[in-house]
Amino acid sequence: MPKEQANWSPYDNNGGSCVAVAGADYCVIAADTRMSTGYNILTRDYSKICKLADKCVMASSGFQADVKALQKHLAARHLIYQHQHNKQMSCPAMAQLLSNTLYYKRFFPYYSFNVLGGLDNEGKGCVFTYDAVGSYEKVGYSSQGSGSTLIMPFLDNQLKSPSPLLLPAQDAVTPLAEAEAIDLVKTVFALASERDIYTGDKLEIVVINADGIRREYMDLRKD
Amino acid sequence: MNVSFSLNYLQKPFFIIFNVTHFSFNQTFTLPPFFHLFLVRFMALKLPQNSLLGSQSDSQRTLYPYVTGTSVVALKYKDRILMAADMGGKIDGPVHMRYKSVERMKPIGKHSLLGASGEISDFQEILRYLNELILYDNMWDDGNSLGPKEVHNYLTRVMYNRRNKFNPLWNSLVLGGVKNGNKYLGTVSMIGVNFKDNHVATGFGNHLAQPILRQEWHENLSFEDGVKLLEKCMRVLLYCDRSAVNKLQIAKITEEGVTIHQPYSLKTYWEFSTFENPAQGAIGSW
Repeated sequence: MPKEQANWSPYDNNGGSCVAVAGADYCVIAADTRMSTGYNILTRDYSKICKLADKCVMASSGFQADVKALQKHLAARHLIYQHQHNKQMSCPAMAQLLSNTLYYKRFFPYYSFNVLGGLDNEGKGCVFTYDAVGSYEKVGYSSQGSGSTLIMPFLDNQLKSPSPLLLPAQDAVTPLAEAEAIDLVKTVFALASERDIYTGDKLEIVVINADGIRREYMDLRKD
Repeated sequence: MNVSFSLNYLQKPFFIIFNVTHFSFNQTFTLPPFFHLFLVRFMALKLPQNSLLGSQSDSQRTLYPYVTGTSVVALKYKDRILMAADMGGKIDGPVHMRYKSVERMKPIGKHSLLGASGEISDFQEILRYLNELILYDNMWDDGNSLGPKEVHNYLTRVMYNRRNKFNPLWNSLVLGGVKNGNKYLGTVSMIGVNFKDNHVATGFGNHLAQPILRQEWHENLSFEDGVKLLEKCMRVLLYCDRSAVNKLQIAKITEEGVTIHQPYSLKTYWEFSTFENPAQGAIGSW
């Protein structure tokens, strides 16, 4: 008897875009709050941003159930780390953990496209960008998700990242001030909402600097 | 003749059972010697490459739902939750409404109300899981009880883990409740997608009821307004959803507890002139 094919898929794309920009002493992480499936909007008020550690925040887009499971997994690991080492995980350490966690499920991946943003041990902004199976890179700015194809070229143009081939290695963090970077991020999402159907409703911006973590919101197009 | 093998194909053992009963009525059908090996290689090529799903226990996994319930619609009002669902259980096919008194909303513990659309038997399985959960919670006898947020989280984990094992519970669940004055309304899909919102709907309700709710819902709805709004949604679903029946229940959950009202029918209007003489504009033999 020929084997019956399953007529359901374990994955779904719930859409959305995320962006992170690193500065000299701050990091801006932003994501829209729309959750969709197919051509429907499920909800207009869903946060894609998760605080993993004191100075480390992750924004993820993709399949929401996998994102949630990943966030829970990392939060649990962070708690264990805190119990064992009596300190918070640094951003580069969390970056490595996230990469390993993603690769662990290499053959049934977390359908989750992540950007990790925060301050490293010296207080400088850092952004790590990932694909679904854990390959990652420290960069000065990044975007992931459904709107990333629209957002990334704009960020490349505005933030003029130095080539990674240069020697001595040049830092990719932007010289922009915090307020300018936030403005840029707001522009970028307004841009993505125009053409990407999965991006819109509301923008959630998280800013990490030496004073702590701050959150702000901005309305986006609802269509 | 039945031939079965175990192969170390792709380092995953699976069994091929070659059953030839459909070829003959009562005669024995013998294959030439070693022909079965050739057939196995042939069948192995034909099998889909996704052997993550492959195993002899495939027939035990859910492939498609059999008896399904249609949409559930729920909204928050004042300090409580209102939920509505019709009572139909439809067998897969064009129109076969087999069960007309299926209660698709059930109270869970002291603080929550669960509504489900999708496979009814899987809903009953979920109720068994939740029964056990609430029982163990009560056995602590510590004065604390699981609230809607906790039950929602539990359901999300259950649905997600079943999806991970490629054996999903074919339901879209709506979980509402009130605990310590805080109202909560959330939903979980078959593959574990979950969120909470002021108003939710499953299945066709997402397409037909949510737009109405997005337009007309506001904070501090009264009970009467909430029911009117839900009835408006259910009426549209009744007119437009093939799987709906005109026998629905409304459930209310407040701080005091859950009330699932008696089933009733909605008034519908069919006196449109086109219905009175449908063939008027197109005289024909049928």
